[in-house]
Amino acid sequence: MKLIIAIIKPDRLEAVKQELYKADVNLMTVNEVLGHGRQMGVTEVYRGAKEMGNLLRKIRLEIAVNENFVEPTIKAILKGAQTGEVGDGKIFVLDLAECVRIRTEERGGVAIG
Amino acid sequence: MKRFTALLLVLLFLGLVGVVYGEDPKTAPPQAGAATQTVVPPATPAPLKVDPGDTAWVLISTALVMLMTPGLAFFYGGMVGRKNVLGVLMQCFTLLCIISIQWVLFGYSLAFGPGKGFWGGFDWIGLTGVGLEPYKDYAATIPHQAFMIYQAMFAVITPALIIGAFAERMKFSAFVFIMILWATFVYDPVCHWVWGVGGWLKEMGALDFAGGTVVHINAGIAALMMAIVIGKRKGIGHKAILPHNLPFTVLGTALLWFGWFGFNGGSALAANGLAVNAFVVTNTAAAAAGLTWGLLDWMFNEKPTMLGTVTGAVAGLVAITPAAGFVSALSAIIIGITVSIICFAAVAWIKPKFGYDDALDVFGVHCVGGIWGALATGLFASKAINPDGANGLFFGNPKQFLIQLVAVGVTVVYSVVVSFIIFKVVDLVMKVRVPEKDETLGLDLTQHHENAYTVME
Repeated sequence: MKLIIAIIKPDRLEAVKQELYKADVNLMTVNEVLGHGRQMGVTEVYRGAKEMGNLLRKIRLEIAVNENFVEPTIKAILKGAQTGEVGDGKIFVLDLAECVRIRTEERGGVAIG
Repeated sequence: MKRFTALLLVLLFLGLVGVVYGEDPKTAPPQAGAATQTVVPPATPAPLKVDPGDTAWVLISTALVMLMTPGLAFFYGGMVGRKNVLGVLMQCFTLLCIISIQWVLFGYSLAFGPGKGFWGGFDWIGLTGVGLEPYKDYAATIPHQAFMIYQAMFAVITPALIIGAFAERMKFSAFVFIMILWATFVYDPVCHWVWGVGGWLKEMGALDFAGGTVVHINAGIAALMMAIVIGKRKGIGHKAILPHNLPFTVLGTALLWFGWFGFNGGSALAANGLAVNAFVVTNTAAAAAGLTWGLLDWMFNEKPTMLGTVTGAVAGLVAITPAAGFVSALSAIIIGITVSIICFAAVAWIKPKFGYDDALDVFGVHCVGGIWGALATGLFASKAINPDGANGLFFGNPKQFLIQLVAVGVTVVYSVVVSFIIFKVVDLVMKVRVPEKDETLGLDLTQHHENAYTVME
């Protein structure tokens, strides 16, 4: 089992979701986050006071998958989120120790899907 | 380049102030002199008397209509994405500032000046000769400047209505230029034709109590044209762009409804029975239309929606605007119900068929609703309500319906053509649409370097 965390541009969320559905990945958690990597933020000015290099809005996706879904999920996120510009985001893949479905108390791989 | 443009704009305004100020002493007597003139018994006709009640009502109405522009800003602002809400508020608020100045400098003269041609001419530039004594041809019982400032608020809100069509994608600098040109070359002439002394649509007998043609059809059709020429918002069609704060939209509608009592009630230009009639039918039509749209939602979209109900209320207010001084409360109910049905069809069925991106349905509500209101005036107008008006088709005067049709047609054609030219000229000089990158980031950050909402402290 793996936990895939992807940081993407907010306006790519819809495209990423569509690609994930096509890859049969239907379960995900979505968060709004702030951050920046190489792409710097945009200057903000409030009554003349400048805020330089502020953080930009990003979307953080968390998807728990079984081994055979790892590559399809990564490919789907790439397909949906890639624009070729700085700021497209990152995908992190983590090992997942356990997964429990609260309703049935099922554990492991069956609980993920 | 951007700084240069801004500077140019300021200089332009200052230059105009200079020109106007320079002319002042030659033509205009000092205000104090003008005021005392009415006290001294004149040789020729008796001076017009200022009525305190009428003046108070028109000034209050002016303040009510002023509040409609920020109200409209919240009505629209709630419907856009949250990265563009300041962009909409800023555009509305800037118009309040720009047109207020334009109106005093030359807008009022072009729209209401005594010229009999294409527009009112330059006689009243910088309010030369627009004093504190009444001007009989417009309003015989209130100071001329009270009429002027009341009309200023109409001139402000009309271009502001258009903002909803090109929301979320217009460059702010281009917006400023387009709006100054639009106010001067579209609003001011059309206003003169319908309401000005010697205006040709007025002399033909077209009825427009509070601005159905001048304000709503005029702005609504310009909105459709600009929405088509600027193109669709990025990503539209793939996903719905959801309203980011519907409570804002409801608050905005409430402010619009409240302000509309001044818009329609104040158009009587006196504190009298006609004002009361306009007040009553305004409330009645808004209520009937809001209720009807809610019911239509219930029938076709499973549940009555908040956005639908407030949209209906605005459509009802639009439709009753030209009719407010000529129809009864029962006619207002019929106008309210029918306008919601027609606008609902325009927004839910016609817009998707043609595929234009009139972002906040300015055309579907203001133009379609305005046209229906203008035609309904030709159907339901009655001399029993307003002896200075005319009878409509249902009261035995089919000719009035035809006159209304001509006034609508002329406004639509003129507004479309000139709006198109203005848009294209500004587009050639400075590109009207924001770059794709800026559209993605939102107008708040890219056009104004501000964020409406913090995600965290």
